[in-house]
Formats: sequence, C-alpha cells, structure tokens
Amino acid sequence: MDEVALGAMLASTLRVATPLILCALAGTLSERSGVIDLGLEGKMLLSAFAAAAVGVASGSLLLALGAAVAIGVSLSMLHGYACVSHRGDQVVLGMAITMTAAGLTVVLGIAWFKMGGQTPPLPDAVRLGPLLPGLAEAVQGIPFVGPVLGLGLLGHDGFVYATLALVAGVWWLLYRTRFGLRLRAAGENPAMVDAAGVSVLKMRYAALGLNGVLAALAGSYLVLALTPSFIPNMTAGRGYMALAAMIFGKWHPVGAMAACLLFGFLEAAAIRLQGVVLPGIGAVPVQAIQALPYLLTVILLAGFIGRALAPKALGTPYIKER
Amino acid sequence: MSAPVELPRWMDLGLLPAINLALALLVSAVVLVIVGHDPVQVLGLLVKGAFGSKAGLSYTLYYATTFVFTGLAVAVAFHGGLFNIGGEGQAMLGGLGAALAALAFAAQLPAWLMLPLMVLAAMAFGLAWAAVPAALQAWRGSHIVITTIMFNFLAAALLGYLLVDLLKEPGNMAPETRAFGDSARMPGMHELLGWLGLDWPKTPLNLSVGLALLAAVGVWLVLFKSQPGYALRAVGFSPEAARYAGIAPRMQIMRSMMLSGALAGLVAINELAGVQGRLLAEFVAGAGFAGIAVALIGRNHPTGIVLAALLFGALYQGGAELSFEIPGFSREMVFTLQGLIVLFAGAMAQVMAPTLARVHRALRRTPAGAGAAHG
Repeated sequence: MDEVALGAMLASTLRVATPLILCALAGTLSERSGVIDLGLEGKMLLSAFAAAAVGVASGSLLLALGAAVAIGVSLSMLHGYACVSHRGDQVVLGMAITMTAAGLTVVLGIAWFKMGGQTPPLPDAVRLGPLLPGLAEAVQGIPFVGPVLGLGLLGHDGFVYATLALVAGVWWLLYRTRFGLRLRAAGENPAMVDAAGVSVLKMRYAALGLNGVLAALAGSYLVLALTPSFIPNMTAGRGYMALAAMIFGKWHPVGAMAACLLFGFLEAAAIRLQGVVLPGIGAVPVQAIQALPYLLTVILLAGFIGRALAPKALGTPYIKER
Repeated sequence: MSAPVELPRWMDLGLLPAINLALALLVSAVVLVIVGHDPVQVLGLLVKGAFGSKAGLSYTLYYATTFVFTGLAVAVAFHGGLFNIGGEGQAMLGGLGAALAALAFAAQLPAWLMLPLMVLAAMAFGLAWAAVPAALQAWRGSHIVITTIMFNFLAAALLGYLLVDLLKEPGNMAPETRAFGDSARMPGMHELLGWLGLDWPKTPLNLSVGLALLAAVGVWLVLFKSQPGYALRAVGFSPEAARYAGIAPRMQIMRSMMLSGALAGLVAINELAGVQGRLLAEFVAGAGFAGIAVALIGRNHPTGIVLAALLFGALYQGGAELSFEIPGFSREMVFTLQGLIVLFAGAMAQVMAPTLARVHRALRRTPAGAGAAHG
C-alpha cells in the first residue's frame, strides 16, 4: 500500500470513528453511573434530524448544534425520569427511544420537507470544513510522510480533533475528579454513595445529561460532516456499534476510543476490500469484515479474550430504603 | 413511591395497560396535529382500513400472525427472566432454515410433507441461533441483551452474504433465492375458503394464522399448565428460590431462549411460505422489535399477546391504507406509535401506578368510611 492510500485509509478511519467515539463516550458515562443506554441509536438519530432541520431552516451552525444538544439532553432526561426516578426498565426504555426516533424523524421529515423523509442538503455555512486547510496543503509535498500527515491526520474538521480531546476530557473527569469518583461509585456501589451523603439520583442524572450532549454531538456529526443531508435511519446501527465498542473497551474512555478506531478501520477496510482478491485467501466477503466488530464483542463478552467487567450496579435502579 | 406498588388484579391487568396505551395514543395525536393531520379523521380511516372490508380484515390478520409469533417469542424468554431482543435475527435464521428445506426438497415432496418440514426447519434454525447467546449467558455470564443485539447484526451479515454470494438465483439482480415451488406454499385463506365454497378476496392471509393460534395455545399450555413451564417461570420469578427448589437455572435459560428462538423462526412460515415464496433479505422488517411492544401490551400472556397482535396488525394495515388515503401521511407514524407504546407501556409502566393506587385507595375509603385501606 502506498503512502497516498495509507493516508486516505487513515483519514476515512478517523472520519468513521469520530461519531462512534462520541457515542461510545456517551454510553461510557451513563453506564459507569449504573444506567444502561440502549437508546444511543435513537438519541443520535433524533439529534441528527434536529441538527439537519434547524441547520436548513436557520443556516446557522451554532443553532443546529444547539438544537441537537437540546434534543439529546431532553431524551436523556426522559431516560432519567423513567429509569432513575421511576425505576423503569432501562433496556425497554432504550428500545422505546430508538423505535420512536426511527418513526418520528421520517414522519416529521416528510411533513416538513416533503422529500420522502430526507432534508434538503445543508448550506455550506452549516457544514464543517477542514480546520487547518493551509497546513494540510503545506505538508502534502513532504516525501513519504506528506500524504499520511496531510491527507490522513491534518485535513480533518474541528470535530475530529475535539472528539480526541473529549476522550482525554472524559478520562480526566472519570478518573481524576471527585465528581468522576462519585459517578463511578454510583455504578458500582450506590448504597455506599448514598451513605456518604451524595445523591445517587443526582449523580445518575448528571451522567445522563453529559450522555445526552455527547450522543447529540455524535448524531449531528453525521449530518454536519459525513453526509450532506439527513437520510431516514442514517445512523444505521452506529449506536449499537458504539455500545459494542464501549463494551470492547471495557467501559473505559480510552479503551472505547481504541475499539472505535478499530471498528472504524474495519469499516474503511471493508469498503476498500470490496471485490479485491487477496492472494491465498481469495475474495474476502465484505459482510464478514462488517460483522467482525459484533463477533469480536460477543467473543469478549463470553470471556474468551480477557474479561469484560461491567459496572456492578449496571441496570439496577437504586432504592434508597434498602 | 418507594416500595413497589400493589394494585388489584383488574387494575394491574386491565386498567393500567389501557391508560398507558391511551397515553401513547395521545402523544401520537399531538404528533399528528403538529404535522397537520386531523387525529379523529386518521383514527376513523385507520379503523375502516383495518376492519372495514374483507381484504382489510385479511391484511390485519396477516400482520397479526407475524406479531403473535414474535410477541410469544419475547414473552417466553421474559417468563424465564430473560430479555430476548434477538427475535429479528432468529426470524431471519428461521427464514434461512425454511428456505434451505424448500430449495432442497420442494421438487420431490408433496405439500403435506413439505410444509411441516419447513415449519420444523424454521423452528430449528431460530432455536439454534437463540441457543448460542443462551449458552453464553448460562455458562459464561454474557449479558443476553447485548449478545442478542449483536446476533441480530451477525444474522443480517450472514443472510446478506449467503443471498448475495451463494443462494442468489443466477441472472437475478436482487439478492433473493429462486422461487420455492408449489408444494412449499402455505395455502392462502382465499383458497381455503374457496374449497368451502366461500368467496374471499386474494390477500397475503394464509394458513399460518392457524399455526399462530396453535402456537399461542401451545405456549399457554407449556408455560402455565406443565411442570417444565412452572420451572421456567420459577427461575424467571426468582432464580435464587428456584435454585433452592432444585431447579437448575442454566437449563431453564437454555429452554426459554430455545423455545423463544423457535417461535421467532416461525415468522418465516407466514412471510416466506405464505407470501413471498422465496427467501429475500428484508423479510423480517422489524417484526422482531414489534414483538417487544406486543408482549408488553399483552402483559406476556398468550391471550393478551393475541389481542395485542391484533391491535398491531390493525395499526400496520390501517397505516398502510392511510398512506393511500391521506396525502402526506407516512406509514412511519405507526412505527412512532409503536415506539411510544413501548415507552409508556414498558419503560414508564409504573409511572402511573402510584397515582392509580392513590385514586384506588381514595375511592375505597369514601364509601366504606375509614379502615378498609389495604394495599
């Protein structure tokens, strides 16, 4: 593989991985506090729609992002109201959000834009462009490392770099702050958090709030950078893949990021390997590469490659009186 | 709102689901108003489309047949204390099983042998696909919700690969197999009634509807009238207590998931043997997820599930009809309602319960004076 192909591969891996990482971070935060989030797919989809609809209507990137975050956080607060306050089934709530989002986005899309559920293409002012176009151009000429740096690493929009920074941010929040310690404790041993005089409910709501923001960013990246308009069901299972990455990364932000990069690489490779005959192996079925993230996650969950240890209180609502 | 709320049986089984369903309908009505439709007109046309004609009624029953299978699948797993989100993938594998059986033997076997063989193959493949996550849960402690989700994606990838690369009919661009052949066709309801001399329009409704009722009765007998079913429910109710009673939880996990997968596999009989006559990639089309909503509304009881499946069948048929009748109405409104039903009847089922309990206590206190406040 030459440098240009390597650079292009690196670039598409990062682009594909960015929404996955944001979404996996969202999952990590809520699950670390003890709340299962199967609604990531739906939260992403509805926020993507919100970003697209508001972006088209207003022509403002800030308003589009604001609308997406507002939707993401509202869905997370619904999550909290049903599952944290009223101890509803967290798995069922996630399914409910995902199913409702899949229907609602199309109903509203058809009613408002009359394009079969799509939105019109977003104006250029709303879409994300390369953050450092000059620098990316400048390094292109350097032999060997030029294409890798210019195409693969420096030619991205600000979201990609912000996402990598957010991984560090979430790690710092979870492992270096008092808030993070309490949040993780709420997912491991909520009774102890309660005994220490900290509200388990508040910790879980806080985690869900951040979860909503991150899931909304993941969703809006789809319409602001990856495709020019909203398309029905455009998340296409990314929420579940992010969930798989979070498990694969053992509920740790850096591990989740590594898993997302691996999954992103596999997706980029699947597109590249379509119809290519490898010496000795023959044509690799694209479906096999696409199925690999799910297969790897199942194998990990089965404990055949290391042990995936979920937060101990994951999925159990906290009842104060016990 | 601290301890779980105790409600009288009729409230718990009748009133609470009705209220939750009403809430879901109310929110849907708000969405309809937002997108500029008249909810009353929509409801009227929906009922007319679903029940107003022989053809409409047939379509309703045809959709309901599929939902009985997936609803029962979710319920059986639930009684064993497991949440099977993998109905979608298990149904896909059921389709693969039925298709392989039909492609191999339909030319040689008569229908009275071929159809039972397809039913068995569909059940066996669905069962096997559910058995893997079940075994991983039972022996390796892998969370069944996550593994069944992963198995849905694996099933889609497997089916996609097989259809595109191996089973596709040569010369056909679409990823689907060749037609199964006549002996692998479930007789349509119009044919069955035609033999009796009754005139019925040609619709997708087929003999599978009988299979669905049989499955519902069978599940009821197994779960509530048999010793193995009792053991299964005991584990679902309290794994620790069941262990004390000498019931091995692992076997129960296997049994409930395998039965669940086999039921989901039967979707293929209604959709492929009954309607398509060949295997295609997207034949499940979300029925596995709809089964969750059906089981929730039906309170995981076979009778409730049959009724809930009828409700959803009517919604699907009515929704399809509406998209012809009202310009700008999209069928996805039905999926929205389905999601809202899962929200209100599933995740937020207990939100209304404390209020209901308070109302109930207040009502009982008023006529009896003081004292009789149980509950």
